[in-house]
Amino acid sequence: MTVAPTLAVASLRLDLGHTPILRGVDIDVMPGEVHGLVGESGAGKTMVGKAVLGIAPAGARIRSGSMTFLREDLIAMPERRRRDLLGRQIALIPQDPMTGLNPVLRIDRQMTDPLRLHLGLDRPAAAAKALDLLHQVRIREPERVLRQYPHELSGGMRQRVLIAMAFSCRPQLIVADEPTTALDVTVQRQILRLIKELQETAGTAILFITHDLGVVSKICDRVSVIHSGRILESAGVADLFDFPQHDYTRALMRATPRYDRPGDLLQPVPADLTARLIAEAEALDA
Amino acid sequence: MSAGYLLKRLLLAIPTLFGVLVVVFVLLRVVPGDPVTMMVGLTASEEDIARLRELYGFDKPIFTQFLIYLGDVLQGDLGVSITRKQEVLGLILGRLPVTLELSLFAMAVALLGGMMLGVLAVYRPGRGGELVADGFSGLGLAIPDFLWALMFILLFGVLIPLLPISGQIDPRLGFEPASGFYLFESLLIGEFAAFQSVLSHMVLPAVALAIPLAAIIARILKSSLQEVMTQDYILLARARGFSRLRIVLREALQNALIPTVTLSGVQFTFLVGGTVLIERIFSYPGLGNMAIEAVINRDIPLIQGIVLTFAVMFIALNLIIDSTYVLLNPRVRHG
Repeated sequence: MTVAPTLAVASLRLDLGHTPILRGVDIDVMPGEVHGLVGESGAGKTMVGKAVLGIAPAGARIRSGSMTFLREDLIAMPERRRRDLLGRQIALIPQDPMTGLNPVLRIDRQMTDPLRLHLGLDRPAAAAKALDLLHQVRIREPERVLRQYPHELSGGMRQRVLIAMAFSCRPQLIVADEPTTALDVTVQRQILRLIKELQETAGTAILFITHDLGVVSKICDRVSVIHSGRILESAGVADLFDFPQHDYTRALMRATPRYDRPGDLLQPVPADLTARLIAEAEALDA
Repeated sequence: MSAGYLLKRLLLAIPTLFGVLVVVFVLLRVVPGDPVTMMVGLTASEEDIARLRELYGFDKPIFTQFLIYLGDVLQGDLGVSITRKQEVLGLILGRLPVTLELSLFAMAVALLGGMMLGVLAVYRPGRGGELVADGFSGLGLAIPDFLWALMFILLFGVLIPLLPISGQIDPRLGFEPASGFYLFESLLIGEFAAFQSVLSHMVLPAVALAIPLAAIIARILKSSLQEVMTQDYILLARARGFSRLRIVLREALQNALIPTVTLSGVQFTFLVGGTVLIERIFSYPGLGNMAIEAVINRDIPLIQGIVLTFAVMFIALNLIIDSTYVLLNPRVRHG
C-alpha cells in the first residue's frame, strides 16, 4: 500500500462570485514534504491555501473537485470537525507579520489561547509551553516578549512568533502563505532556515506558497507551478530547475535573479506567453 | 495616561471655560427680556426697579459686571438665584447628581444595546441579525429622543401603565439621600424600596435618551467590526479553529471599540445636552429641568451657573473618554 498524501487536492475548481479563480488544481502534499506552490500574483496560489483552510472569502464557491486531509474530505466536513482540525492538525503561517498578530492582545494571550483550546492545557501549562516555543524559534528574552504587544516587536520577531504559533500544536500540515515576502533579505534567510529546521524535526508537511523561485530552491522538496488557476507543471525541485518542462516555468526562471549567475540579465515573462496561458485557461471555463 | 498629559488637558480647559463664561454672560445681557421686570411684574414703580437693578449690579457697564462675576466665580461663588433666592452653587449641586445618574444610566443602556446590536449584525451578517440591527439603528437615528419620550408616555403611561412617567421617586417613600445620588445611595444603604422606585422612574427617560445613541453606536461598531473582520489576524484566528462568536467577541471587538469609543464619546455629550428636554417632559427634577425654568424666568445667575456646570461636565467627560481610548489601544499607551 502506498503512503497516503497528507493533503490531496484534485481538480479543484473555485469561483469568486462569477469569476473563475481556480480551474482544476491538483496538488498532493506528502507527509514530511515541503511542497512549493509558485506563481505570479493573481495566479490563485493564495486562494488554494485559503480553500484548504476553509477560510476563503465570502462569495467564494467550490464548483467541483476534491480536497482531502489524511483521506478525510475537507469540503464535506462539518464545521465543528474543521474547527477541531484547524490550528491543531492544520496550521497557517500568514504572509504579513505586521498584520498577522492581533494589535490589542499580548503575545502570551495569542500564543496560549489555541494551546488551551486544542490541547486542553491549563493557564500555567500553556504559558510554560509558549515560553518553550519561543525558545525553539530562538527569540531572545522570551519572558519579556510574552508580556509585549505586537507593535513592540520587529517584523522578524513577529514572524518568529507566528511560526512558533503555527508549530505549537504539532500539526500534520502547515499552509505557509508567502511567509518571507514581507521581510528584508537577511531576515528572510534566517526565517527560511528556521522553518526548514522545525519542519524536519517535527516531520510536518508544508504547502509553501510563494512567488519566489529562489525561496523554492532553498526550502522545497517538490514544486507545482500555477498560472491562471491551473497547475502547469509539478516536479521534484531538482528536476524542475534542471529540466523545466513548461515554457512558463522556463520564463519564470529567466525572470528570477540567481546568486550563482549574477551577470545574467533578467527577462520579464513574455506578454504573448501570458496571453496564451490566459486564453487556454479561459477555454476551460466553458 | 501620564500625569503631564493630564495636566496639559486640565490647563487647556481653562481658556475653554473662560470662553463659555464670556459668551453666556454677554448673550444673556444682549437678548431681550429684563430679569428685574420679570421678577417684580409690570406694576412695580420705576424706583423699585432701579433699586433692584442696583442690588443685582445690572446698572453697571457689562465689562464691570463681568469682572465682578469672574472674581466671584473664581472664589467659588456663583451668585444668588433671582427667582429662588438661594445660592446658585447649592441649587446646582442639589440637582447635578440627579442628571448625572440619569445620563450615566442612559449611557450604559445605550452602550449595552448598541454594542449588542453591532455585534449581532456582524455575527449573523446578511441574515436575521444584521437586518434587525440595521432596522433598529435606522429607526433610532430617524426619531429624536424627545419624540421617543412622548411615545413612551403614551404607550407605557397611558395605554399600558407599566412604568411611572413623571418625577424621580415615589414621594410617599420620603427618601432623601445625603449625597444627592438617589440610585447609588439607596442601593448602598439597602433601601431597596427606594431603589426600585428610583430605577422604575429612570427607565423611560433613560431609554428615550439612549435610543438615538444606541443606534449610532450600533452603526459605528458594525462598520468598524466589519472592517476588523477582514484583517489578517482575524483570518489567522479562523485558521486556528476559533468559533465565530469567540472571534467576534475576543479577537475583533476590542479593536473595533477603539473608533467606536472615540465617536460615541462625542455623542454622549449630546445625550447629556438632551437631558434638558427629556427631564422637562418627564418632570424629572434634574439640572436640565431647572435650566428651562431659569431661562423662562430670566434667572441670569442661575442660567450662567448651569451653563458653566454643563461646560465643566463636557470637559470632564471628554477627558474620561480619552482615557478609555488609551486603555483600549496599547499602541498609544506609551505616547
